[in-house]
Amino acid sequence: MDAGLFTSMLFATVVAGTPLIIVALGLLVNEKAGVLNLGAEGMMAMGAVAAFAVTHESGNPWLGVAAGMGAGMAMALLFGVLTLTLMANQVASGLALAIFGVGLAAFVGKPYEAVALQVVPPIRIPFIADLPLIGEALYNQQALVYFSWALFWGLLWFLHRSRAGLVLRAVGEAPSSAHAIGYPVIRIRYLAVLFGGAMAGVGGAFLSVFYTPMWAEGMVAGRGWIALALVVFATWRPLRVMIGAYLFGGVMITQLFIQGSGLQIDFPSQLLSSLPYWATIVVLVAISRNAGTIRLNSPVSLGKPYRPDA
Amino acid sequence: MLELEARAEPSRLMSFLSPLLAVVLMIAGGMLVFAALGKDPVEGFRIFFLNPVKDLYGLSELLLKATPLMLCAIGLAIGFRANVWNIGAEGQFMLGAVAATGVALHFDGSESALLLPAMIVAGALGGAAWAAIPALLRTRFNANEILVSLMLVYVANLFVSWLVFGPWKDPDGFNFPQTKMFGEAALMPVVLENTRLHLGFPIAIAVLVAGYAFMNRSYAGFRMRVAGEAPDAARYAGFSAHRMIWVGLLLGGAAAGLAGMGEVAGPMGQLTDKVGSGYGFAAIIVAFVGRLNAFGILLASLLMALLYIGGEQAQQYLNLPSSISMVFQGMLLFFLLGADVFINYRLRLRHRAAQGH
Amino acid sequence: MTGRPPHGTPSAGTPRLVLKGISKVYPAVVANDQVDLAVQPGEIRAILGENGAGKSTLMKIIYGVTRPSAGRIYWEGEEVEVANPAHARSLGIGMVFQHFSLFETLTVVENVALALPGKPALDELAQRIAAVSERYGLPVDPRRHIHALSVGERQRVEIIRCLLQNPRLLIMDEPTSVLTPQAVRKLFETLRQLAAEGCSILYISHKLDEIQELCHSATVLRGGKVTGECIPAQETPASMARLMIGKDLPRCAHGAAKADGDVRLRLAGLSHASEDPFGTDLKDIHLDVRAGEIVGIAGVSGNGQQELLRAISGEEVLAEKFPVQICGVEAGRLNPGQRRKLGLAFVPEERLGRGAVPAMSLADNALLTAAHSQNLLAGGFLRFEHARDFARRCIERFNVKCGGPGAAAKSLSGGNLQKFIVGREILQAPRLLVCAQPTWGVDVGAATFIRQALIDLRDRGCAVLVISEELDELFEICDRIAVIAKGRLSPTRPAAETTVEDIGVWMSGLWPGAETYESQPPTKRAESPNA
Repeated sequence: MDAGLFTSMLFATVVAGTPLIIVALGLLVNEKAGVLNLGAEGMMAMGAVAAFAVTHESGNPWLGVAAGMGAGMAMALLFGVLTLTLMANQVASGLALAIFGVGLAAFVGKPYEAVALQVVPPIRIPFIADLPLIGEALYNQQALVYFSWALFWGLLWFLHRSRAGLVLRAVGEAPSSAHAIGYPVIRIRYLAVLFGGAMAGVGGAFLSVFYTPMWAEGMVAGRGWIALALVVFATWRPLRVMIGAYLFGGVMITQLFIQGSGLQIDFPSQLLSSLPYWATIVVLVAISRNAGTIRLNSPVSLGKPYRPDA
Repeated sequence: MLELEARAEPSRLMSFLSPLLAVVLMIAGGMLVFAALGKDPVEGFRIFFLNPVKDLYGLSELLLKATPLMLCAIGLAIGFRANVWNIGAEGQFMLGAVAATGVALHFDGSESALLLPAMIVAGALGGAAWAAIPALLRTRFNANEILVSLMLVYVANLFVSWLVFGPWKDPDGFNFPQTKMFGEAALMPVVLENTRLHLGFPIAIAVLVAGYAFMNRSYAGFRMRVAGEAPDAARYAGFSAHRMIWVGLLLGGAAAGLAGMGEVAGPMGQLTDKVGSGYGFAAIIVAFVGRLNAFGILLASLLMALLYIGGEQAQQYLNLPSSISMVFQGMLLFFLLGADVFINYRLRLRHRAAQGH
Repeated sequence: MTGRPPHGTPSAGTPRLVLKGISKVYPAVVANDQVDLAVQPGEIRAILGENGAGKSTLMKIIYGVTRPSAGRIYWEGEEVEVANPAHARSLGIGMVFQHFSLFETLTVVENVALALPGKPALDELAQRIAAVSERYGLPVDPRRHIHALSVGERQRVEIIRCLLQNPRLLIMDEPTSVLTPQAVRKLFETLRQLAAEGCSILYISHKLDEIQELCHSATVLRGGKVTGECIPAQETPASMARLMIGKDLPRCAHGAAKADGDVRLRLAGLSHASEDPFGTDLKDIHLDVRAGEIVGIAGVSGNGQQELLRAISGEEVLAEKFPVQICGVEAGRLNPGQRRKLGLAFVPEERLGRGAVPAMSLADNALLTAAHSQNLLAGGFLRFEHARDFARRCIERFNVKCGGPGAAAKSLSGGNLQKFIVGREILQAPRLLVCAQPTWGVDVGAATFIRQALIDLRDRGCAVLVISEELDELFEICDRIAVIAKGRLSPTRPAAETTVEDIGVWMSGLWPGAETYESQPPTKRAESPNA
């Protein structure tokens, strides 16, 4: 493979992995608090459409990202009210959010189909972007790519060095104990759910404003679900989320490059396109085989409703 | 300040009322949406909810739409009862359609009366086979069935698309992504004159009845209910968790596959890349709104079908995107999930504690 | 309301804590009804009452976990409204919970940090923990994870966590239920030292002998109400029991066992690695239980009881057949249903969610284990009428207070549900009954009834194995007793030829011929011998 191809594939892999990182890290915080929100796909879709619409109307992609974040949080708030205040089943509510979000996004986004946005230019980091092979791929990127890295480092610090992170882990492990020693479990869980929604919204915004950039019904294409799978795959550890997201990005990009390469291989494009989904399944199987690892690492109260008795 | 207080016992009245409350709230919410979009809410209500059922043909269309919904939903409900979260009915639906189409195309031109039964069997088997993948991966490798079954929806969609763009494309179809039309012997007979309502509807009703008997009367159904309510109790009683996963997923897959078969051999008459029209996902809502029981699913599927047709009417007469029906469906489920809290809790005014008199 | 609230600044004459007319009303029950209580500085006061008397609710109110429906609380003379546990701690109230409020995947020092105000540096905090543990004789390693600690060590962490905040009132909720008799003595020394330094202690218990040994005074609760106060040293266990339950403590009628029956349960070198990463591995367990006898297994919780029960019941299927033999059949690879067909019945420790499905009716819960043995099925379909009849028989024969066979399991009190489950198992005429914690959390009346039912079953020729953490109970009903510690089982001793003291020593793993502690991998939870 020649150097130019390597650089462009690496560049594309990083871009493809970025929304997954942002969304999955948000979900990781969400799940560390013991709340399972399966609605990521819906929150991403809403984030994507809101960001696209606002960017289109205002011409400012950053307003768009803010709108995407807001839309994701609004969806997450809905989920929070149902599961945390009204104690509805988390699985059912998450599924509902996924279906509803995709549907609502399709409805809201109808007028924006077949509209194009200006491509947002990447931000070039001086000097290191001149490094051979990787410089152009890693350091001449969209701002949100750098954001995803900052998010990763920030989260590492938050979870393992900060008191708030300690409280979050405690709430996810044993909410009744956390309540008994005086932590506001429900409020902390709301914050975690909102953070998950915000990141899902930003991830969606990245797709529609920076990545494609356009809006089409179904454009999230399962990335919300893949992000959920990534968190399991990563056994709730941020570093593994990063690695996993880039692996998935790599799979997506590889199949696109094969399709676009003009290599006359006799393999139908549709079946190639299903590769990332198969890859998700394979990885899930590989990581889930050892039930002990999952049990040791998953937040103990994940998915279980909790209500303090007043 | 208002607060929720646990009831001593779940309220039977509320478990009956909360779906009705959810419907009322959905309609109210829907009228607000119409108003917000600058449409007359009353006119919107009429077009959305009343227009579709104003004559016999409208009713038959409603039943036609409800057929795949109730089939998919009753299959899902069996699994959901046991906490087997198959959310890939959409994919199983498509694979059922593919398998039935395979039979129809292979025996193209056959007049045999056995062709249709063979397609029905193929449809059910196709759906079940697709659902067997998450079942196998869950029982052998502990892989989460939610994510696996969902991923397989995307795979199924791409697979159908490959078939109708590739090997199964109708050579005389002007390059449209679709197979050739099925022969007469491969189509579901119409059961009501001058409508499109076909044999699939009575089959779906029969499946509902069978589903009821299974869930509420059989020992196997009892075991699944126990597993869903209290997994440790199921283990204590010696009910095999693996068997429940298999039964839940295979029955769900077979029912969804049957529904897919009913679509290609019914109103569509061929396989196209649009075969997956969201019934499999909508059925999740139907199953929950129907409270995972057969009679509830019957009513919920009719309601959801009404929302679908209402959406089409809104597109036609109100110039709104038909995806508005998805908004209504989502609202319905959210309102239900919210209203259900009152089964186990009641609202009461919280007064300041600790004043002794 | 009677009496005037006390007032004035804290001094020798001011009670540390006064409760006036505290009530707590839940939709189904009145947990506390007009409770009055006063504790002096340096006083160790017992809160005595049987299960369900409202002790824990009262303590949660003091600690701010739960809010009272009515009543007043005075802390050192000032009326206060305890808003939450952090507020309680800032007042100087500490609480050691019966079910610990620790986080398994966090370290000791992280757990302690979570309960302290501000943002203490972990390194400095570890030193403070070491200092407190030195001073009060509570050895614990601050850097270990909770899941690697024994139950006794966990309790020490809870106590240290309280002591670091220099509490002036310490609430201990049933602290000895997880300790060996020797460890109880250590704990009492610590508590006396604290009281001597001026700390008040509220000591919740239903164990009369402990209260007599430790407490200066006692407040007795029954059905949520205060039924009396006393000086334990001036009372007899019988007189306190009358205050507690309103009558004499019932005893079970207990004849000698016929020890010559055939072997119904044989554990022949049972070893099994726990599937729970924090669990205990079973190691080479040998035991025979014969028809016509009750064998008891004592031990501090978390020493392999759960794993042993699952291996016997079949909830955990073994790799080999021979280690578990039921009525002469090698049953290691059979599932629970197949083992039941051999004559095994099993009462698990958790009633709601394992022994019974909470939301299902008693008739449905009868189907849970009795579907085959009581012929409640026809061609794969349920025979509802038969199931109701069987449930009705359980209710009548075992005196279950409930709304009939249609009542949901979760609507029953703990004692009545336990009677139903025991009844369901016994009415299937088992040849071997395995019963875990038969009377845990059950009121005295139901407990006596259940113990008597087990004895009667034995007299009818059934083999009975009881696993319990209550030594008194085991000595009351068992013919032979063994001890489980760190996944190993001691030899059995005839109950009549041994004492609580001996068994207590064994509970630390020190029986004749036992292996030493060092052979134990440190990551597994187990009671250390010097606990």
